[in-house]
Amino acid sequence: MNTLMKQKKVDNKTSVKTDKKEIKHTKSEAAMDKNVFEVNNLNLWYGNDQALYEINMNVPQNKVTAIIGPSGCGKSTYLKTLNRMVEMVPIVKTSGSIKYNGEDIFSDKHSVEGLRTKVGMVFQKPNPFPKSIYDNIAYGPRIHGVKKKAVLDQIVEKSLRDAAIWDEVKDRLNENAFGLSGGQQQRICIARALAIEPDVILMDEPTSALDPISTLKVEELVQELKKKYSIIIVTHNMQQAARISDKTAFFLNGELIEFAETDKLFSNPSDKRTEDYISGRFG
Amino acid sequence: MGKALQNEAMNIDVQTMIENKRKKKSVSGKLEKLIPAFLFLCAAVSVLTTAGILFTLLRESITFFSNTSIIDFYTGTQWSPWTGHFGVLPLITGTLLITLIAAIVAIPLGLMSAIFLSEYASDRVRKIIKPTLEVLAGIPTVVYGFFALTFVTPLLKTFIPGLGIFNALSAGIVVGIMIIPMIASLSEDAMNSVPNKLREGALALGATRLEVALKVVLPAAFSGIVASIVLAVSRAIGETMIVVIAAGASPALTFDPTRSIQTLTAFIVQGATGDTTFGSTIYYSIYAVGATLFVFTLLMNMLSQYISSKFREEY
Amino acid sequence: MLGIDQKNILKRIRGRVLLNNVLKGLFFASTTIGLIFLALLLYRILTQGIGYLNSGFITSFPAPYPEEAGIFAGLIGSLLMIAIVAPVAIILGVGTAIFLEEYAYKNRWTKFIQINIQNLAGVPSIVYGLLGLTFFVYMLRLGYTLLAGGLTMSLLVLPVIVVAAQEAIRSVPSDIKEASYGMGASKWQTIRRVILPAALPGILTGTILALSRAIGETAPLIIVGAATALYTLPDSLLSKYTVMPIQIFNWTGRPQEEWQFVAAAGILVLLIVLLFMNAIAVFIRNKFQKRY
Ligand SMILES: Nc1ncnc2c1ncn2[C@@H]1O[C@H](COP(=O)(O)OP(=O)(O)OP(=O)(O)O)[C@@H](O)[C@H]1O
Ligand SMILES: [Mg+2]
Repeated sequence: MNTLMKQKKVDNKTSVKTDKKEIKHTKSEAAMDKNVFEVNNLNLWYGNDQALYEINMNVPQNKVTAIIGPSGCGKSTYLKTLNRMVEMVPIVKTSGSIKYNGEDIFSDKHSVEGLRTKVGMVFQKPNPFPKSIYDNIAYGPRIHGVKKKAVLDQIVEKSLRDAAIWDEVKDRLNENAFGLSGGQQQRICIARALAIEPDVILMDEPTSALDPISTLKVEELVQELKKKYSIIIVTHNMQQAARISDKTAFFLNGELIEFAETDKLFSNPSDKRTEDYISGRFG
Repeated sequence: MGKALQNEAMNIDVQTMIENKRKKKSVSGKLEKLIPAFLFLCAAVSVLTTAGILFTLLRESITFFSNTSIIDFYTGTQWSPWTGHFGVLPLITGTLLITLIAAIVAIPLGLMSAIFLSEYASDRVRKIIKPTLEVLAGIPTVVYGFFALTFVTPLLKTFIPGLGIFNALSAGIVVGIMIIPMIASLSEDAMNSVPNKLREGALALGATRLEVALKVVLPAAFSGIVASIVLAVSRAIGETMIVVIAAGASPALTFDPTRSIQTLTAFIVQGATGDTTFGSTIYYSIYAVGATLFVFTLLMNMLSQYISSKFREEY
Repeated sequence: MLGIDQKNILKRIRGRVLLNNVLKGLFFASTTIGLIFLALLLYRILTQGIGYLNSGFITSFPAPYPEEAGIFAGLIGSLLMIAIVAPVAIILGVGTAIFLEEYAYKNRWTKFIQINIQNLAGVPSIVYGLLGLTFFVYMLRLGYTLLAGGLTMSLLVLPVIVVAAQEAIRSVPSDIKEASYGMGASKWQTIRRVILPAALPGILTGTILALSRAIGETAPLIIVGAATALYTLPDSLLSKYTVMPIQIFNWTGRPQEEWQFVAAAGILVLLIVLLFMNAIAVFIRNKFQKRY
């Protein structure tokens, strides 16, 4: 009996070890179809009103996942659940599980702050702080303890470059971010999110407050960013979803109706309601 | 290429740096946990202040009423602590007299100012007059007292020869002027929050501005206006320096405004500055008077809050 | 046709318009009464006091003769008073505001604290004097000292600062708070680095206005034993002290006319200090007004 147990343990250990080795070996391949988020049976209530019903969804890594659906169907709620921002509303209750890189985000083992440094967010309206451009970008690293000016300088430049706005603002880093145009402000906000090098970036209608040219810039940026980041983007604009995303999820009345490759969802939806929505019959 | 490499190196830096700091931060993290407790203590000071006021007034008053009958105190018509007469009615009538005169001055003037500012004045005029009027509220009361004594009283004396140097009239008028901005400003706020569509509706029917003001705006803003008046009256009841300086120190059961009187507040000042010794009956009497004053103003304030909270529900 | 007599209506309209115009004049006149009073008061005090307002007046201690009397002790005392009241009341007031706006659950207790603060704002200042007399002067045995006066004044202005700070904190848009939380900032980090900087102008303006109220207050300090005549400056928190309004009050009470001029000169100094503080408040408000 005893020996058997021991035997088993050893077996376990070795098998884990080999697993790890394997993963290391094929890291680039494995990453391709790895999931950053695994959502199972997620329900969410605002007080007594249920806003999300039994959501099951695996969000792929290093891809752009779009979320579409009519107003009030729970897109923002869902997105904010992924980095637990939804808990800012005190009456919110949830059930079900969300795993981020295999770990339950609701478990006490990990802090909300830790989750949010890994899962960044860009909001619908550009919301820079009333501070200089530099201080906006340096905000994240600073709160997480990066103090050295040289390091901060580097991070600021890199983030602004990655957000494709470096050339526009490099000479006015000490000016207030409010002095920028809406589109520039939104890219500052994206750069601010990039500065702490998150894994995932959640974007809630990031272009809805922008003009077409700024929108185009942000869309190009998203394409660029998916090389390094996993992106989940809520949008009301179906062309935008079709243009920039790899996978698309369609929400309706708090339910996830369909989640598929973007091409498939738009050309050959399997659910009647999806078809009605994308062909503009309701919503 | 070199740049990319450098960036790659830094990627790891930011991530690991954050991770390391997160582990190290536990000390400051623990300090952070104490912050809500500290802030709670700050908030508790306000509650403790109230408790302290109640406790202070109550304790010393109880000591006072163990020597002096509470019934005699509230029904007695002679206030002469240094000869042992503790009938508070003269102080109460003194306070009421001042408050009454102040109300007669401030309510019409304040309301009419509010109507002018809200219904007639252009934005530009309002932007100049309202802050200027509010300057009146920022002037220290000792200055008002000085002005009442050295200017208003001599001025009134040319019309009322029998006026004493210290009199309720002058003090009451000046207290009234002091609370005008309170009524004007708060009433104007209340009138301003009446939706414009109500005004437009009446104006479109051919009503004059006056009719709109009196028949539409005033009724709609009524509770806000009343609340502002009650608050201002409460302020008048608690006003100290003007009456100390200009109304004198002669407790008198009278409603004759030309005479010198004493208010509740004025006695507290007199009682605390004279050669009152700690623990004497007079010492305790200032707390009994203070408690009386406190109850008056508290009731008025609560009334004002009650009225204005009802007002807020309307919109 | 149906009894609507156009002629009659026109006549009545004329009457109504006339009444409107007459009362408009009356309303305007009423408004100006307050302003005239203010102008008169300032003019009188200026003409009475200007003759005595000189450098000697500002740098002299009280004296038995009007020509030699000065407000130095009161001026310094008032400034020292501010030096005590400002830190105490700002820490307590802003702390309370942060607690109520950001930490406290919106339940009955919070509402109770809120109503309590509103009521405190309406308590007559002299009652604070009684509290200070019992609690600071006698119970804590501070005596008639600068510290006792300063703490009493701190409690007096506390509700004003709390309310101003609450308004300032509430007016910080929630989207920049979300941006901060969204980056993994903790509550306190968000408060310290985003909310407080954005609310600072409002807090400062409210605080300065509250402090200028403290500078003008007389009654509570009479109760807690500010000295009327002081010939040396306070050298510690436990020294005797006086403040400008107390000196003015003292001069006002003297029968000879010259003392009135001295009092007026004292009032001028007091008003100049107040004017200066308000100018700072206006400056801060204009300079740092955030564009959201
Ligand atoms: N703070 C809240 N308290 C209560 N109910 C809320 C709250 N926020 C959202 N809801 C409700 O939850 C449901 C989903 O809202 P959500 O904002 O997620 O919709 P959405 O899909 O993002 O809509 P939109 O496209 O208009 O942004 C709605 O019925 C909404 O009324
Ligand atoms: Mg939304």
